[in-house]
Amino acid sequence: MNREATLSIDTGTVERLMPLLRFADRTRRALQYPLLGIAGLFALWYWGGWAIANNEDTMAFASFAPGPTLAAFWDIVSSGAVWSPIESSLYRVGWGLGYAIAIGVPLGVMIGYFLTLKQVTHVPFQFLRMISPLAWMPIAVLAFATWDAAIIFLIAIAAVWPITYATAHGVQRIDPMWLKVGNNLGANPYHTLRYIVMPAIAQDVFAGIRLAVGVAWIVLVPAEYLGVTSGLGYAINDARDTLEYDKLAAFVLVIGIIGYMLDAICVRLIKRSSYHAEG
Amino acid sequence: MSKGFLEIENLSQRFPQPDSNDLLTVFEGVDVTIDKGEFVCLIGHSGCGKSTILNVLAGLATPTDGNVIMDNKEIKGPSLDQGVIFQNHSLLPWLTARDNVMFAVRARWPNWSKAKRREHAERYLHMVGLDDAMDRKPSQLSGGMRQRVGIARAFAIEPKLLLMDEPFGALDALTRGVIQEELLKIWSETHQTVFMITHDVDEAILLADRVLLMTNGPHAQVAESVKIDIPRPRTRATLHQEEAYYPIRNHLVDFLVEGAKVMSAKAQEAAARGDNPRHTPRIVNPARPEAEPEHSSQPGPRMVRAV
Repeated sequence: MNREATLSIDTGTVERLMPLLRFADRTRRALQYPLLGIAGLFALWYWGGWAIANNEDTMAFASFAPGPTLAAFWDIVSSGAVWSPIESSLYRVGWGLGYAIAIGVPLGVMIGYFLTLKQVTHVPFQFLRMISPLAWMPIAVLAFATWDAAIIFLIAIAAVWPITYATAHGVQRIDPMWLKVGNNLGANPYHTLRYIVMPAIAQDVFAGIRLAVGVAWIVLVPAEYLGVTSGLGYAINDARDTLEYDKLAAFVLVIGIIGYMLDAICVRLIKRSSYHAEG
Repeated sequence: MSKGFLEIENLSQRFPQPDSNDLLTVFEGVDVTIDKGEFVCLIGHSGCGKSTILNVLAGLATPTDGNVIMDNKEIKGPSLDQGVIFQNHSLLPWLTARDNVMFAVRARWPNWSKAKRREHAERYLHMVGLDDAMDRKPSQLSGGMRQRVGIARAFAIEPKLLLMDEPFGALDALTRGVIQEELLKIWSETHQTVFMITHDVDEAILLADRVLLMTNGPHAQVAESVKIDIPRPRTRATLHQEEAYYPIRNHLVDFLVEGAKVMSAKAQEAAARGDNPRHTPRIVNPARPEAEPEHSSQPGPRMVRAV
């Protein structure tokens, strides 16, 4: 009797706890591998810091280690010093990407749509694409009145290619049947573009933008090493000049975190706009 | 001359050939009249121009000669008066089943509120038995379900003329049978005028009021208009018990096996002589041969068992 009673209480408790347990299990499954990866990166970083600190030649750079870096990170975040360079950098990246999208998407639609245009533009575009954006730096500085404009130009010229070619690829995958459906429903060219072409290529465009964000974020920092007195690239250069290596590493951390977040936004957009043509 | 709801007048289609200066005449001189609310099937061998005729009716193709008049207006381009169901469902893959139907409904009635569009779309999805699948995207639907969405979409815009180009060609036999009956059900509720291309003789007998038979190309003609004199409602299970079923079926199969070739040869001779190709299909009612005066002139040998 007694034993049975205990048993029934136990099952009742377990049943009440089930949703909680299930939630915990889901969370664990979703986080265990990413956390393992992060822990690995920290371990490597910690080991690197330890190695630098224990080598006589590199001892001066010991503040690159996680301890001093995280302290400096907390410092710039809590003092608010981190926000101004982030704002400047995002402003430049935002405009650069904006121009790249405004040019790249229509260009990609046309290249995808007109085979002739694709053949005409192939050589010049591949040629231009392979020139490092930073190689344009002297020209950009001459051509634009402000440093900001020059940097925006460099970001745009780096980001426009992945967007253009991803868009063109998306257009080429459009099933002629979808256009026929639109045609049959009496769609005019604007409707076709807005309700059939755009949703059909959205996932490819966002995939292109994701690549472009990566490129733009990489180009941004070296572009900000020169001329300007704001932004994350400038902040790193400035920290180096004043030998504040912990602050330098903290800004590297900031660049990585923001880059990750921008990428995560793109992944979100890709997921939301994605579909399978055939299941 | 009596004016029907849909008048196909002297329709011809000729295409340039790659290795000759002569035009290839796919079909010519086709005169067909279809009444409002009629369900008409078109049967013929591949290459006789069935799909071209359908595309002309849809306004998606322009004929070389002749014209099509629907409801006293010439068909000159695609419009919402003609709804089309294609063979491969043709749903927009980024929209759910409901949104695919609502998309078409919005094109038809741009001023409707969203709630009204939704209700209208759901009513037609319900008719094809998709109550539980409205929120799914095409990739999450089976082939048969996708074709059902296509049917719901085409019926939902309530076109004057519904065109179907082998709508069930890509489906397995079991699914095809189920959807044929659903199509019959939805048609009996709405009484759309339907023009459908099929390869399947039994499908035509089950669905149609009248079957148009086309001879082989080139110089194809719509040779016969066969009345399907079987009372409705029809079901697949009991269709073959109808007295009229086998005479009709034999007639259709005979035509496809033998008649289409013989008549095609005659049409080509006539074309070589330069005769006027304009023709109206001969009206045939295999279920009541005594009521048909030209019965003796039936072409070709009669084949009792043909597959």
